[in-house]
Amino acid sequence: MAKTALTFTLNDAEAAVFVDPGAPLIDVLRRGVGDLTPKHGCGQGACGACTVLINGQAHLSCLTLAESVEGKTVETTAGLAGGPNLHALQDAFIEGFAAQCGFCTTGMLMAAKALLDANPNPSRTDVIEAISGNLCRCTGYEPIVDAVLSAAARLQGRTA
Amino acid sequence: MLSVETYQTITEAAGALGDRSRYIAGGTLVMRAVTYGDQRFDRIVRARQVDRTIGPDAAGLRIGAGSTMSDILASRDVEFLHTVAKLVGGPAIRNMATVGGNLFAPNPYGDFTVALLALDAQVVMANGQSESLESFLLGRDQVRGLVAAVTVPRIEPGSFRFKKVSRVKPKGISLMSIAVSLKRGDPRVVFGNMGPLPMRAKAAERALANGADETAIASACAVCTEGLQPADDSLATAWYRNEVAPVHLKRLLQNGGRS
Repeated sequence: MAKTALTFTLNDAEAAVFVDPGAPLIDVLRRGVGDLTPKHGCGQGACGACTVLINGQAHLSCLTLAESVEGKTVETTAGLAGGPNLHALQDAFIEGFAAQCGFCTTGMLMAAKALLDANPNPSRTDVIEAISGNLCRCTGYEPIVDAVLSAAARLQGRTA
Repeated sequence: MLSVETYQTITEAAGALGDRSRYIAGGTLVMRAVTYGDQRFDRIVRARQVDRTIGPDAAGLRIGAGSTMSDILASRDVEFLHTVAKLVGGPAIRNMATVGGNLFAPNPYGDFTVALLALDAQVVMANGQSESLESFLLGRDQVRGLVAAVTVPRIEPGSFRFKKVSRVKPKGISLMSIAVSLKRGDPRVVFGNMGPLPMRAKAAERALANGADETAIASACAVCTEGLQPADDSLATAWYRNEVAPVHLKRLLQNGGRS
C-alpha cells in the first residue's frame, strides 16, 4: 500500500512526511520526524505518556490516526523550551524533583501545558484533574502537582 | 496491510463501509485495535465533516455522534450529562472519545452509553433511520451504516443520576457504572459492566415504578441484580459485583451516589 503524504505544523515548524496507512501519530513523530519526546507506553490510552497538543488540546498520540493531523498544529515537549531557556514547567519539574525515571514526564508536561494554556491560575484540584489521565509510578504525584502549581505561579509572576 | 479512505461526509463514509472495515472517529477504539494487531479489519474509513452539534430538537435533545466528551462538558444543553462525561478517561481521552464511538465501546468502557440507555435515547443513523438504543445495542456487532446522532427525550430536573464505581481515584476503569432515570411511571435502572452490554435491571425498575421512597428503594436494591450477567475479570469477580451492586444502587437512589 502506498504511503500517504502528510503535512502539519510541529512546534512552529512545517513537517512533511510520508506515512504508512493507519499509522498512529506517535510513530510518525518518533520515527518519521525524529521527535522522541512523546513516549510509547501502553498503546491503549491508559498511561498518557504519549500526550501531545493538537490545535492546543491534549491528545494521545498513540490513539491518533496520523493522517488526521493534516494541516493541524502539533506541540510536543521538544518545542516547550525557547532556545536555551526552559519552559517554566520544565524548570519547576527540575527544581521540584517532579521527574524520577522520566518516562511519564513529557506526557505530564504536555497535559500540564494544556491546563495552563486554558487556565493560567489553576487550583490544586484542577491540576489533579488535568493529569488524571497520566500515570506516574515513581513520584507519588505530589511533586508533579506542586511543580505545575509552581510553574503557574511563575508564569503569572507571583510566588507559589 | 491497512488502507485508509477519507470521505467528506459521514453519508459517503457510510456507503463505503463493508466487510473488514472500521469507521474511525476519535480513534480511541480503532487505533488501539490497530496497535494491538487486530486482524478483523484492513480498511479504515473516515469522514472530514462530522456532526459535533449539541442542542434541542423536537424529541428533546440531539447530540451529534461526533461530539466528544469535551464537547458534552462544554454544552449547557446537556448539563445533566456532565457528571458522566467527566468520568470518561482523562482530559486527553475526553478530547478524542466521541458519543458515537462510546456506543460501541466494549467492557469495561462505554459508561456514557449506560447513561444514554437510562435516558431512553434513540440512535439516528446516517441514512435517517432511527431505533431505540436498547435494540441498537443488541445488534451493535452487526451494524451496517454509521451513527449520525443520538436523541434524548426531555428529562425532569433532578431525575437522572449516575455513578461510576472504580478502584482507583480520581480516575480508574469502571468496575461497574449505574445510571438511574426516575421518570414518573417509567423509571430506568441501567448497569454497565454487569453483563456483555449495558443492561437494564427491570426488576428494580418495577420496584421504583411508583416512586423512590425508602420502601421502594429497599425493594429495588433487593432485586437489582436479577437478570444481570457480571463476569470475573481482573477488576473484580462476578460474586463481588453482585454483592456490591445493591450497595451502590442504594447510595445512588438515597443521596446521589455519595459513599
